[in-house]
Amino acid sequence: MSYYAPTSLGDVWPLLAEGEARVVAGGTDLFPTQGDGPPPSALLDISRVDGLRGIDHDDDGWRIGGATTWSDIVAAPLPPAFDGLKAAALQVGSVQIQNVGTLAGNLCNASPAADGVPPLLTLEAEVALTSAGGTRRLTLTNFLRGVRQTALVPGELLTALHIPRQPTGALSSFVKLGSRRYLVISIAMVAAQIWLDEAGRIGGVRVAVGACSPVARRLFGLEQSLIGLRPSDLVSFSMASDALDTLSPIDDVRGSAEYRRAAVERLIRDALGQAVERSDG
Amino acid sequence: MDKASNTATTSFTLDGEAVQCDPATGERLSYSLRERLSSRDVKIGCNAGDCGACTVLVDGAAVCACLMPTQQAAGRRVETQAGLVRDDPIAARLAESFQNHQAAQCGICTPGMMVSAMALLRQVPEPTPEQVQDALGGVLCRCTGYRKIIDAVVDTAALAGAPDGSGAVGSAVRRVDGLAKVSGTEAFGDDIAPPDTLVLRVIRSPHAHAGFVLGDVEEFVTDSPGVEAVLTAADVPGQNRFGVIPGFVDQPVFAERTARFRGEAVAVVIGRPDAMAAFDPESFPVTWAPLDAMATPQQALHPDAPPLNADLPDNVMCSGFVLHGDPKKALGQAEIVVAGTFTTGFVEHAYIEPEAGYATPVGDRIEIHACTQAPVMDREALEAILGWPASRIRMVPTATGGGFGSKLDVSVQPFLALGALKTGKPVRMAYSRRESMQSTTKRHPAEMSARVGATADGRLCGFEFHGDFNTGAYASWGPTVSVRVPVHASGPYRIADYRAEARAIHTNCPPSGAFRGFGVPQGAIAQESLFDELAEALNIDPLEFRIRNALGNGDETVCGQVFEQGVGIGACFEALRPAWDAGRADCDAFNKTGGHLRRGIGVAAGWYGCGNTSLPNPSTIKSGLLPDGTFVLHQGAMDVGQGANTVIAQIFAQAAGLPLEAIKLIGADTDVTPDGGKTSASRQTYVSGAAALRSGEALRARLLALVNAGPEAAIRAENGELLIEDGRQIHKVALNRMKPDTDGYVVAACETYDPPTDPLDENGQGAPYAQFGYAAHLATVEVDLHLGTVRALGFTAAHDVGQAINPLLVEGQVQGGIAQGLGMALMEEYLPGRTENLHDYLIPTIGDVPPIETLIIEEPDAHGPYGAKGLGEHVLIPTAPAILNAIYHATGVRIRHVPATPSVVHAALKEARHG
Ligand SMILES: Cc1cc2nc3c(=O)[nH]c(=O)nc-3n(C[C@H](O)[C@H](O)[C@H](O)COP(=O)(O)OP(=O)(O)OC[C@H]3O[C@@H](n4cnc5c(N)ncnc54)[C@H](O)[C@@H]3O)c2cc1C
Ligand code: FES
Ligand code: FES
Repeated sequence: MSYYAPTSLGDVWPLLAEGEARVVAGGTDLFPTQGDGPPPSALLDISRVDGLRGIDHDDDGWRIGGATTWSDIVAAPLPPAFDGLKAAALQVGSVQIQNVGTLAGNLCNASPAADGVPPLLTLEAEVALTSAGGTRRLTLTNFLRGVRQTALVPGELLTALHIPRQPTGALSSFVKLGSRRYLVISIAMVAAQIWLDEAGRIGGVRVAVGACSPVARRLFGLEQSLIGLRPSDLVSFSMASDALDTLSPIDDVRGSAEYRRAAVERLIRDALGQAVERSDG
Repeated sequence: MDKASNTATTSFTLDGEAVQCDPATGERLSYSLRERLSSRDVKIGCNAGDCGACTVLVDGAAVCACLMPTQQAAGRRVETQAGLVRDDPIAARLAESFQNHQAAQCGICTPGMMVSAMALLRQVPEPTPEQVQDALGGVLCRCTGYRKIIDAVVDTAALAGAPDGSGAVGSAVRRVDGLAKVSGTEAFGDDIAPPDTLVLRVIRSPHAHAGFVLGDVEEFVTDSPGVEAVLTAADVPGQNRFGVIPGFVDQPVFAERTARFRGEAVAVVIGRPDAMAAFDPESFPVTWAPLDAMATPQQALHPDAPPLNADLPDNVMCSGFVLHGDPKKALGQAEIVVAGTFTTGFVEHAYIEPEAGYATPVGDRIEIHACTQAPVMDREALEAILGWPASRIRMVPTATGGGFGSKLDVSVQPFLALGALKTGKPVRMAYSRRESMQSTTKRHPAEMSARVGATADGRLCGFEFHGDFNTGAYASWGPTVSVRVPVHASGPYRIADYRAEARAIHTNCPPSGAFRGFGVPQGAIAQESLFDELAEALNIDPLEFRIRNALGNGDETVCGQVFEQGVGIGACFEALRPAWDAGRADCDAFNKTGGHLRRGIGVAAGWYGCGNTSLPNPSTIKSGLLPDGTFVLHQGAMDVGQGANTVIAQIFAQAAGLPLEAIKLIGADTDVTPDGGKTSASRQTYVSGAAALRSGEALRARLLALVNAGPEAAIRAENGELLIEDGRQIHKVALNRMKPDTDGYVVAACETYDPPTDPLDENGQGAPYAQFGYAAHLATVEVDLHLGTVRALGFTAAHDVGQAINPLLVEGQVQGGIAQGLGMALMEEYLPGRTENLHDYLIPTIGDVPPIETLIIEEPDAHGPYGAKGLGEHVLIPTAPAILNAIYHATGVRIRHVPATPSVVHAALKEARHG
C-alpha cells in the first residue's frame, strides 16, 4: 500500500528520488493507459501540494502551477493573449476531464495531439523542472522531445509553467478539428496569436499547429510572411507553398496525412481570422 | 502521517455521510464506491473517462470516478445519483423530469447524465439546450439520441412536460419501470454480486489468428496468491460450442489450440476480488504462435486462402437469394440504368453497459444473473455447454444496459456457469470495455454492388444486388443476415424484376452478428443511393420518384408476397412532403450565398419484416390474479431500454380492461415466467404484444365467467375482493375463498402467439413475414467543403408503426435509432487492434444529434395487437442513406463508403474537383 499525497514540496523530493512512485495529478492520462493491466504499485499524488495549483502574475509574466487544471484556466481572469489557451481548455475532453486534468499532465504525457501545446507555444511558455537539486527552465520545444518523450529525468517534477509578458494588445485563438462535438482527440489543431502595430497592421503573429508532427510546431516562416499585412488580408492571403513543410502529418484512424495537410491550411486561416475578430469586439 | 499520507484508511463524505474505506493503491474511486461503499448507482462503462457513466460530484464538480484514485477524494465531499435524488430537491425534480420525458431508456447512462446535470443546475437553474449540451458532453448515451435528455434537463425548473395519457393503448405515459432508473436503484449485470464474490477474468488472444499452447496451469494457480482456479476447454463438461442458429453452432467457449480472432477466449482465471484487481493477464502461462490472418472477405475468397472452418473450403459460410421476374431482361429494356459499389465497416454496438453477470450454485442447479436480450436462448446454450437438462439451469436477467442485437448471443454466461461449477461458489464477472469490443459481435461490414434501372416515366425496371458480408470467425447471426438482406434489399418498393444475393464470408475477425436491422441498413445504403441517382438522371424529384414506386396494398413484394392491408410506406413519404419542400428551398437559398459551407437535404426509406424470417417465433405471456387482489403480468419480453415493460403492460391492461397502475410486473426469469422470445427483429411489441393481448382477454373472460357478467363489465379488485360491475349490478367475489393454483393464482391465463409465415422456396419466394414496418427519413446536413466535416442539422422521420401503443416510446426509439444511424454514417468504424475503446471508436455525443421530428404513421396491421407493428429496427435503416443523399445534395459528391469521416468526404470532394 503506497499512496503518497504530500502537502509540501519538501516532502515530494524524497519520494520522487526513490523513483518507485508514479506521479499522478488528474489521472486522466494515467488511468486510461493502464488498460486492463494491473495498477501501479505506488502513486505520488501531487494534487494536494501547497502552492502547486493556481495562477500567479507579476511584472515578468505568469506562473501556472504544476497541478493547475483546465477548469482553473477557464475560470482565471487572464488577458486576451490567453483566449486561445482558454478555448483549448474548454475543448479538452469534457467537463469531467477539465475539472481534474492538468496542463502539466498534458505536457508530461507528450501526446502529439495534446491540445495544450499549440496555445502554450504561441504564449512562448517555459516549463520549470524541479528536483531536490534545484530547478531548471526549458522552453516547451526543448521539453517536448518526441511522441511520449520529454526532457523530464527521474526525480524531477514539472512544478510550473512560466509565461512571459505578452506583446501589448495580443489577441489569440484556438481551433480544433475533430470528428464529433465533445470528447474528441484532435485530428489537427491550430493556435494563433496576433498583435497590431500603431498603423493597425499586423505587428507580430505566432502560429502553432498540433497533431501534424511528433510534437506541435510553430510555423516561423509563415509568421514572418504575415507581418505588415492588414487584418482583413488574413482571410485570403496567399500561403507560400512551403509554409507547411515543417509539418510531417501521418495517417491514422482519425485521418489521412493528406487530409491533415489540406485541413491545416484552412484551420490556420480560421485561427487567424478568429484571433483578429476579437479585436473589434 | 498526513504529509506523505501512506495510511490505509481513506475518509470522506459520501452523500452526506462520513465514510471510510481501505482502497488498494491506485484503486479507482468508482471501484471503491461500488465495491466498498455500496454505491452501485455509480456505473462503469469504460474505466477510461470516455463514457461518463461513473460521473460523481467531488466538492460539487463533476468528475469521472474511474479516473480518480480513491485516496484523492480523502476529506472531500462526494455525491452520487442516489444521494442527490434523495437529498437535493433540485435532483428530485430532475428525476421527475427525466421520467416525464422518458429521458432514461435502458438507464445505464442515467446516473452520469443526472449527476452531470446537477453540477449545471445548481449554478444555472433554467439552462438553455446549449448549456445542457456543454455540461453533459462528457456522458455517452447509446439509446436515446440525447434529445429527450436535453428536454428533461431544460424542463427541470418548470416540470411542464408531464405526459397526460391514461395508460390506454395509444396514450403517452411514463415508463412503468422508470423510477428505479432515475433514483439509482436499478440493478444491471454487475450490480448484483456481493462484494466478496470470486471474480473471473478472461485470457484472450492478442492475435487475429494464432496457435497457442497453455503452460502449467496448475502451477500457475498454486503460485498466484488469491487465484483459486483456471478454466480452459478441458473444463467444459458438455460441448465446447455455442451458437444461435441450428446447424451453425460453431463457436467454442474456449478456443482449442488455435485462436481465430483477436480477443478470442482461451482461458479464465478465477480469484479473490483483491487478487483479481491486481491481476496482470500477461502473467498467465500461454505461448502464442501467430499465423497469417484473413482480415477481409477479399482475402478469404482468394482461391489459395486456407479454410477457416474445415467444413467450408471456400470460406463462404452461407448465402441467401431472392429472384423475381427477369431482372436481366428488364435492365436491358430500362431507359436508364445506374450501378455502384458500396462498402461499410464493422460497427460496434457500444451499449454503455459492458457484459456482466453473477452465477451461483444452488443445490444441484446453477442460477445465472446477467444482462441479456434472450434469457431462454441463453439457457439453451448452457444446456449444451454444461450437458445439463434445462431444469437445472435458471436464468434471471438483470436490467440490461442496452443490447441492440449483441446481447442476443451469450458472452459471460458460459464462463459464469463453468466458474460456479468448478469452484462450487458464487462467481461474478464484468467485461472491460476492450473485452466487450474485441470479443462480442459487430455489424457486418458489407461490400455491395447493385444495378438498378428505370423507365423514362420513372418506374423501376430491373434490380440486381450482390453483397458480401464479413461474418468474422464464427457464425453467430450471419445466416440471418444473409437471408434478410436479399429479402429487404429492394426497399419498400414495387420491383417486378429482381435478383439479390448475399453471402456471409468467414474471416479472422470478431464474429459479426445481430445489430439493429441484420444487414438491412447496409443494403439500404446501396439501394437508396442508387434510387437518388436514377431520380436525378430522369430529372424527377427524389421524393416524387420514391412515391411513384412505393409499395402499396395489394402489390407484390420481391418475395411474391402480397399484403392486402397495412402497407404504410406511401403514407410515410406523403407525410414528409411539407418538410421536404421547405427543406429543399432552405438549402438552395443558403447555398446561393456561396462560401465553403453547403447545405443539403436527403431522403431515404426502409422496411423491416417483423419477427423471424419464415420461421416460428412464438411468445407466451402469463397473467394471473392473486388472492390479495393483485393482478400480475409475467412479462418475459426483455426490456433492454426500448420499453417492452411499458408497452406489453399497456396492451395487457387494455385487453384485460384494467387500469395500467393495477398491474404488477414480474420480469423474465426462466423459473417463473414463460418465454417471451428474444428481444430482436422488432418482434416484441408485435409478437409478445399479441400474446399479451390474448392473455389479457383470456384472463378477463375467465374473471367475467366467475359471475356470468357481460363483456362490457368493469373489473377491479380491492382488499382481497374481486368487484365486477355489470351495468347496475356489482358482483363481489371473495378471492381468499378460491383455491389458488400451483403458482398461487386464483385465476390465471397463459397465451401464446406465433406469427403466420410461409417458408421461402429456392428463389426466395414465399411469405417470410406476417407484417413489415415502414419508415422514411429526411436528413439535413451542412458540409464544410474545405474540411470535409458533415454536421447534421435536423431529421424528420416518418414511421409506420400500425398503432403507437405509447407515442413517447415511439419517439424515443426513433431518436435513438437515428443517433445510431448517424454514427454509422459519419464516424463509427471498428478496427480490430485500433479502435478497441470509446476513445478511438467514436459514437455520437450529445452535441452531435440535432433536433428530430417524429411523424407517427398508423396504418393498422391485421395481425398486430391493436394494429401495432414492430419499430425497433426500421428506426435506423433509412438514416445513413438519407445522410449520404443529403451530402450529395449539398456538394454534388456521392460518398459510397461509410463512415463518411471528414477524411473520406474531403478525399471525395477533392477527387470530384479534379476528376
Ligand atoms: C476522455 C478523455 C478525453 C481527453 N481529451 C483530451 C483532449 O481533448 N485534448 C487533450 O489534449 N487531452 C485529452 N485527454 C488527455 C488528458 O486529459 C490530458 O492530457 C490531461 O491534461 C492530463 O492531465 P492529468 O493531470 O490528468 O495527467 P495525469 O494522468 O495525472 O498524468 C499524466 C502523466 O504525466 C505525469 N505527470 C503529471 N503531472 C506531472 C508533473 N507535474 N510533473 C511530472 N510528471 C507529471 C504522470 O506521471 C503521467 O505519466 C483526454 C483524456 C481523457 C480520459
Ligand atoms: S466508466 Fe468512467 S468514464 Fe466510463
Ligand atoms: S439510456 Fe442512455 S445508454 Fe441507455
